Amino acid sequence: MNVLSAYLKKHAAMLAAAMSLAFCAMASAQEMDHSKMHMPMTMPMPAKPAPAKKPAAKPPRTAAAATTPKRSAPAHAVKRTETATTPIDDGSMPGMDHSTMDHAVMDHDDMTMPMPMDHDAMPGMNHSQTPAEATPSKAAEKPPSIPAPTDADRAAAFPQIVHHAMNDDGIHSYTLFNRFEAWNADHGSGLTWEGQAWIGTDLDKLWLRSEGERSDGITDVADLEVLYGRSKSRWWDVLAGLRHDFRPGTSQDWLAFGVQGVAPYKIEVRATAYLGSSGRTAARIETEYELLLSNRLILQPMIELNFAGRQDARRGIGSGLSTAEFGLRLRYEITRQFAPYIGIVRERAFAGTADFRRAAGNDSNDTRFVVGLRFWF
Amino acid sequence: MSSEFSGFPPDGLSRPSRRRFVQGLAAGGAIASLGLWPRAVWALKSPNQPTLIAGRDFDLRIGETAVNFTGRARSAITVNGSLPAPTLRWRQGDRVQLRVSNALPPGSIHGHETSIHWHGIVLPANMDGVPGMSFNGIHHGDTYQYRFDVRQAGTYWYHSHSGFQEQAGLYGALIIDPIEPEPFRYDRDYVVLLSDWTDLDPAALFARLKKMPGYDNIHQRTVADLVRDTRRNGLTATLADRKMWGAMRMTPTDLSDVDASTYTYLINGTTSLGNWTGLFHSGEKIRLRFINGASMTYFDVRIPGLKMTVVAVDGQYVHPVSVDEFRMAVAEVFDVIVEPSGQDAFSIFAQDMGRTGYVSATLATREGLRAPIPALDPRPILTMADMGMAGMSSGHDMANMDRGSHDMTAMPGMDMSGMDMSKMQPDGATQAHPPGEASNPLVDMQAMAPMPRLDDPGIGLRDNGRRVLSYSMLKSLFDDPDGRDPGRDVELHLTGHMERFAWSFNGEKFSDAEPLRFNYGERLRIILVNDTMMTHPIHLHGMWSDLEDANGDFQVRKHTIDMPPGTMRSYRVRADALGRWAYHCHLLYHMEAGMMREVRVEE
Repeated sequence: MNVLSAYLKKHAAMLAAAMSLAFCAMASAQEMDHSKMHMPMTMPMPAKPAPAKKPAAKPPRTAAAATTPKRSAPAHAVKRTETATTPIDDGSMPGMDHSTMDHAVMDHDDMTMPMPMDHDAMPGMNHSQTPAEATPSKAAEKPPSIPAPTDADRAAAFPQIVHHAMNDDGIHSYTLFNRFEAWNADHGSGLTWEGQAWIGTDLDKLWLRSEGERSDGITDVADLEVLYGRSKSRWWDVLAGLRHDFRPGTSQDWLAFGVQGVAPYKIEVRATAYLGSSGRTAARIETEYELLLSNRLILQPMIELNFAGRQDARRGIGSGLSTAEFGLRLRYEITRQFAPYIGIVRERAFAGTADFRRAAGNDSNDTRFVVGLRFWF
Repeated sequence: MSSEFSGFPPDGLSRPSRRRFVQGLAAGGAIASLGLWPRAVWALKSPNQPTLIAGRDFDLRIGETAVNFTGRARSAITVNGSLPAPTLRWRQGDRVQLRVSNALPPGSIHGHETSIHWHGIVLPANMDGVPGMSFNGIHHGDTYQYRFDVRQAGTYWYHSHSGFQEQAGLYGALIIDPIEPEPFRYDRDYVVLLSDWTDLDPAALFARLKKMPGYDNIHQRTVADLVRDTRRNGLTATLADRKMWGAMRMTPTDLSDVDASTYTYLINGTTSLGNWTGLFHSGEKIRLRFINGASMTYFDVRIPGLKMTVVAVDGQYVHPVSVDEFRMAVAEVFDVIVEPSGQDAFSIFAQDMGRTGYVSATLATREGLRAPIPALDPRPILTMADMGMAGMSSGHDMANMDRGSHDMTAMPGMDMSGMDMSKMQPDGATQAHPPGEASNPLVDMQAMAPMPRLDDPGIGLRDNGRRVLSYSMLKSLFDDPDGRDPGRDVELHLTGHMERFAWSFNGEKFSDAEPLRFNYGERLRIILVNDTMMTHPIHLHGMWSDLEDANGDFQVRKHTIDMPPGTMRSYRVRADALGRWAYHCHLLYHMEAGMMREVRVEE
């Protein structure tokens, strides 16, 4: 935390810039959300419709009852029948023919068929306004035996309430040390960490991410990212913020933009692009999967790819794909929150980065055995 | 406190005291009749029996009490020092007065404010006990006076509606004796109140759910299951199945968010070890008033060796139906009558829906007896059909497989006997959804072909060799009390996101949503569609939920409607109660996460 606070002091201005950027993103995201929220619900509920008119506005169920013999139509037939009463026939609608649809391009995030299937969005499909009225409603036959409320009833019904927000959008937090390990390789030994933390609500979170490595008592690589993250779709968050590299070489700062989320099969994905000073660029993609050998013994394959926009000779980084790391860690969850592991990690440097390493007398490839702890709180 | 031992109505009816009951049972439980009321012996027997308070005038003091269910001492929230809270016995037609005081210690982990909600009771809105809607809550040191006319009869319950206090012990049974004689007879009467207890601070459990919603999902399918399924069903079918679940980023073992790996289940505030015991004489008819007062647990209840005749549901009479087993959604109430004979002891066995644990109690002819306790049933696995995803058929990429493998009856645990495939849309017509659900980060799935499935006993109960209650067997003993056809439909979708542990209606959490507005006096239909993989008990305060059958006709009056995944169910509501009412999922942590709406009934 000392490191963080020192960093925050030092880079207050830049952080502020990044945060304002992030909040701009948040603001626009919220606007979008509001537009969504204010869209009409499936069933419009007029504030004060005249009760006498109401029955006429309710056709689907009665229509269903009229067109289908009793005891044969399940309740959901209501909807289907309703669909049939509308001028648009499902079968003739573009995109409704499953056999001709290009399922490969469909958004499988949404398990339902996309757009054209949205009955609510179609004219004449509004349930409460469908004009069909097959059988007269019983509503008119039997007036309700409901007493007219007295003033005392009204007072009891709407007492003065001090605003009392429910905490369904509370702030929570999570800190995960995904990798906290000691390694041993041909050329020495060291420590590696990779962790992330968030604090925030279901949709808006402040993220901290850090990765680093020490070998033979010297910190070779260390970075810290501070990001604002907003959930934008079912499985994906977008993030924007700052990354500070403490090592390698002298420290440097980046603006960071990324996405993270869960791909099919629950593969965790993080992809971040970085924009540094004097036009420097970089990118990092990480994916992880958890293969359950048992519900406690879990094999975690991991791939991390690093890209650089251009060569950085001082830090020994070539342009293009610079390094790729493949990890395979086998952990045992003593509890959900505390799991020791062993693993093997293969790191490979490519192209220019490999050249730099060879020039420095190192191998471009590196294989390590690791022992570590994964824990969260 | 005055009512606890001597709070009898001043009208001279012989209402025996608790002390007298205890004596009576000590003498062999042979009190046959004590005048007109109560007809049956109110069977109180052991220290395990919940306290009973009868009358019109009650003083209830909410405080903290040390409890120990697991070997570790914890502080529970109690009423008059009792967990569960005392059973309150009212009489239909009475005006009851309840002074509820907040005696929680300062700095209690359960908060500084409290409340009591009378679940299923029809009353004025300011007596309903929901802080922020019906009143301002009961603050430290304050007393709130509840006072209302009891217009109904039957078995109900009451619980806190503040924060997570219900989880911490604030729940108790309500018995309302009817004016008219009941349409069934019995010799003895017991409350069987089921609940779930955790040693965790409930707020910490909620925080844990936000960090890792699948914490208790510890029976997920592994590599070994993949190999076994491949051997059993072939590689194509197995991979297709894994592909569907993979595409949804869900696991089919995820039946409940919190299960026995966190909870200790209780009957009348007693663990299985404590073995709550209800005494009987062979040949007697025993009325058991089952109440699911759990925060998150669905219980499947049976008494091996005994048929149970369900005579009332959610306090309301139904045509008697004899079953071996029934599932209790959270907050549901079932009155059953059993006639134990032929053996000295019977086990009341309640396992959770996910088969991770159970609680048992005993009906016996004397103290200290036990009957064998059955093993837990095999753990069920959710199927795509269970989730209303059976429409993922022909040609859809996600279910890229032939008809044969789509028909998952061949797969393990894929029991679809409760389902009629012919009812599914043959033309592939898909359920429509509210626009707000589209690409909403709070909504992780949408049912494609939800059905009422009223005749489905539910996952894990199909074809188990026992006669299991389903909603289709429940018929109110009376006709539709309103009689009108609903004037309009209100369709709401139950939505959520498993990974974020976010829960909502129509993709909007309580704090983001406008109230639902009902017009005073109108009869309307609520259509619920479950767009999640979880099952949700939906409870509307202040008004009855008159469940409709598959034809849209009135079937049974309830206060809590169970909505398994993949279902679409409808019920009628008569908006005859002015005011602001809570309408929510009765899974406590779902409600707290936002699966709640305000219903505002206005003139």
